[in-house]
Amino acid sequence: MNQKRRTVLKSTGAMATLLSLGIVTAEQAMAAGRAGFEAKSLEEAIKALGGSAAANDQVAIVSPDIAENGAVVPVGATSKLANTTAIYLLVEKNPTPLAAGFSIPAGTEPEVQTRLKMGQSTNVVAVVKADGKLYSATKETKVTLGGCGG
Amino acid sequence: MADPMRIRAAEAGGITTVRVLMSHPMESGIRKDAAGNTVPAHYITTVEATHNGKSVLKADWSGAVSQNPFLLFKFKGAAKGDKVQVKWVDNKGETRTDEAAVA
Repeated sequence: MNQKRRTVLKSTGAMATLLSLGIVTAEQAMAAGRAGFEAKSLEEAIKALGGSAAANDQVAIVSPDIAENGAVVPVGATSKLANTTAIYLLVEKNPTPLAAGFSIPAGTEPEVQTRLKMGQSTNVVAVVKADGKLYSATKETKVTLGGCGG
Repeated sequence: MADPMRIRAAEAGGITTVRVLMSHPMESGIRKDAAGNTVPAHYITTVEATHNGKSVLKADWSGAVSQNPFLLFKFKGAAKGDKVQVKWVDNKGETRTDEAAVA
């Protein structure tokens, strides 16, 4: 299988079409999957994910009220919204807030848990994409020992 | 290469819960070592989990995911004994794939 076909199969959606037409390079297609990871503020990151996210009580973010160790903070997010296709976890006060993004295909539950680094006490935000629109939930986590080695 | 991932997949009521513990330094590229030099970024950038060849989760990660990453997710349609495979790729292009049977 030649390189171009392999890259097309790895990409999804518009970028895949552009790539197969030779309009976009392989690097650009891969980079598109990482939209928002360079953003230095919460608003910039959410804009990169798709605009703005309305707070919605069908989205839940779970993180501790107080985290003893900012290097390892358990964070989870769930969505009760129909057709949830992605969940993103953002740490507002981190240098680059977007920490993780998860694509949820049909058949997979809209629930993820992981552990994130938090440099300081901060809001933790779950942004969920459902039916193409973004919704969010926010929780504050106080950090006693910052998680970036400082 | 890297230590194997620890994967536990348990099916109950039609939903399979998968817990993965990966072994990876997850250096964000921000940290400085004792000498004051910035430790270069070395972190998992993508994770993909598959069941019977079908993708059940794709994740894009930053260096803000903690060292030795933990991941939990759930999906439907697996039966006990089915294999779940998890693959990660990091920013240096290193990769690791492990699998486990659904219990």
